Amino acid sequence: MSFPWAKPYEPTHPLMKWMDEKLPIPRLVYNATGPGYPVPRNLNYFWNFGVLAGAALMIQIITGIVLAMHYAANAGVAFNSVEHIMRDVNAGWFIRYAHMNGASMFFIVVYLHIFRGLYYGSYKAPREMVWLLGVVIFLLMMATAFMGYVLPWGQMSFWGAQVITGFFSAIPLVGEPVRQWLLGGFVPDNATLNRFFSLHYLLPFVILGVIILHIWALHIPGSNNPTGIEVKDEQDTVPFHPYYTAKDGFGLGIFLLVFVALTFFSPNLLGHPDNYIPANSLSTPAHIVPEWYFLPFYAILKAFTFNFLWIDAKLWGVIAMFASIALLFFLPWLDSSPVKSSTYRPLYRIFFWILVVDVFLLGWCGMQPAEQPWVILSQIGAIYYFAHFLVILPIVSRIERPLPMPNSITEAVLAKHAPDTASGPAAA
Amino acid sequence: MASESELNAGIEDGVRRRDFINIAAVSFAGVGAVAVVLPLVNQMNPSADVLALSTTEIDISAIQPGQAIKTSWRKQPVFVRNLVAKEIAEAKAVPLGDLRDPETIDQRTKAGKENWLITLGVCTHLGCVPLGAAEGESRGDFGGYFCPCHGSHYDTAARIRKGPAPKNLVVPPYEFTSDTVVTIG
Repeated sequence: MSFPWAKPYEPTHPLMKWMDEKLPIPRLVYNATGPGYPVPRNLNYFWNFGVLAGAALMIQIITGIVLAMHYAANAGVAFNSVEHIMRDVNAGWFIRYAHMNGASMFFIVVYLHIFRGLYYGSYKAPREMVWLLGVVIFLLMMATAFMGYVLPWGQMSFWGAQVITGFFSAIPLVGEPVRQWLLGGFVPDNATLNRFFSLHYLLPFVILGVIILHIWALHIPGSNNPTGIEVKDEQDTVPFHPYYTAKDGFGLGIFLLVFVALTFFSPNLLGHPDNYIPANSLSTPAHIVPEWYFLPFYAILKAFTFNFLWIDAKLWGVIAMFASIALLFFLPWLDSSPVKSSTYRPLYRIFFWILVVDVFLLGWCGMQPAEQPWVILSQIGAIYYFAHFLVILPIVSRIERPLPMPNSITEAVLAKHAPDTASGPAAA
Repeated sequence: MASESELNAGIEDGVRRRDFINIAAVSFAGVGAVAVVLPLVNQMNPSADVLALSTTEIDISAIQPGQAIKTSWRKQPVFVRNLVAKEIAEAKAVPLGDLRDPETIDQRTKAGKENWLITLGVCTHLGCVPLGAAEGESRGDFGGYFCPCHGSHYDTAARIRKGPAPKNLVVPPYEFTSDTVVTIG
């Protein structure tokens, strides 16, 4: 599970020795995030985001448990109970704003974590399982965030629930019964709110469980690194503690600064004012949009405005939206290049950045009303998104000629600093 | 302790009595598991109070030609629209072949009452309430209803004409209990 040169756990205190014999949790921690876990010496700050995502989940769980002590999951009083938290509960406003913005911060760091993996080829062998579990976590996060957004029972909550459960009504034959089964009625109502609350409380702990598997799978081959070259010997690594506990700690500080700035100075920046209007099943807000983190997928859904082949537009939209995420499960096998890092992949690197721009374009289109020119732009964006994974990536990984690579992580690190060491003594 | 010969007693075609017991036990447990899962899945379906067939009576006497009202049935919005002759003529002029979900206006209204267009106000795409029932709201490119969520346009018979929705607005079960009262449900 680790490299042979990993520092062994040797408890000296009698209590720790006793503990190690009965329940070796300190040993597990030591070997997973302590001095007993060797990590490539060259990780950059993009490797902070896994730890930051873990921190964001903990913030959500803690604030969420506290909010559940004051919230009432009943369609008659849910909206008012949230206002009660905001106005009457001691520090309730702070805890709720932290939970609201914590969700956004969680998605920000997870998106950066995903794009880090895409840029440095972290999804490739031997880390395919790490990637697959990551996609599972992403799906669970989306489900959890959606159900959490329904709980305040404002206009956006209600109509978000109506539209998103509407996806399932696109399934041929059984669609409408499935939708009614999910809602527990014909429209989102008390039954819907209660089950969403129950699941919203459950899923974060499921996410926690899958994260443990994600880290377990990661610790078998060990972390990838910016060169994408596998660790060869001891000089390629440093112990996780204190080197990366310190580096992650610094990143955590920056993360918390951004988080509190958002929470205290602009808590509603990423929300929608319509959600401060109580749910009304007879009136749809003029312009409904999901939370920002769903916008690119929402644009793909909206891109299908015409029937094509024997499948109608609605089903196409829903299929395309789910496929855009399901596609990620196949990524490790769509990219056949043995070179991981974009540093040595001149052609892939270009397409990586075009994909980033494309995702932002889709996100922008997702925000706009269903009118031209946004529809055509979403269509172009959606086509490019699928083309990137299904056409461009397989071709690029075959025809690309990678740049010359160093023999080891250490060689790459030393080459980077070579001018300093060469010019230093000469100047002196 | 049973001897080897006792354990092997009754072997026919390589199948032991123990294999039979294993399969029978696991099958029985499987049936039990399914029996327990069924109510756990079924509890999520609409409950009896939600299903209880409710009916809504609507007084349509105050709806002037060209006007529409919005009411609700089973918590879903319902549009009641008093069509003018021009709108009926427009709906009749459309060849059925041009329609995504072909239905004539006669199929969507009651005989002799074809000016009364009664539909659910639930877009068949993803369930938003289309605009067009209230005064001053956009009625879309075809003079019927327009769903702002994803841009579906419905015509004067509330049939889907443009955009992502697959079906016409649903006509709920209803009847005229008098000339001015409609019972939905």
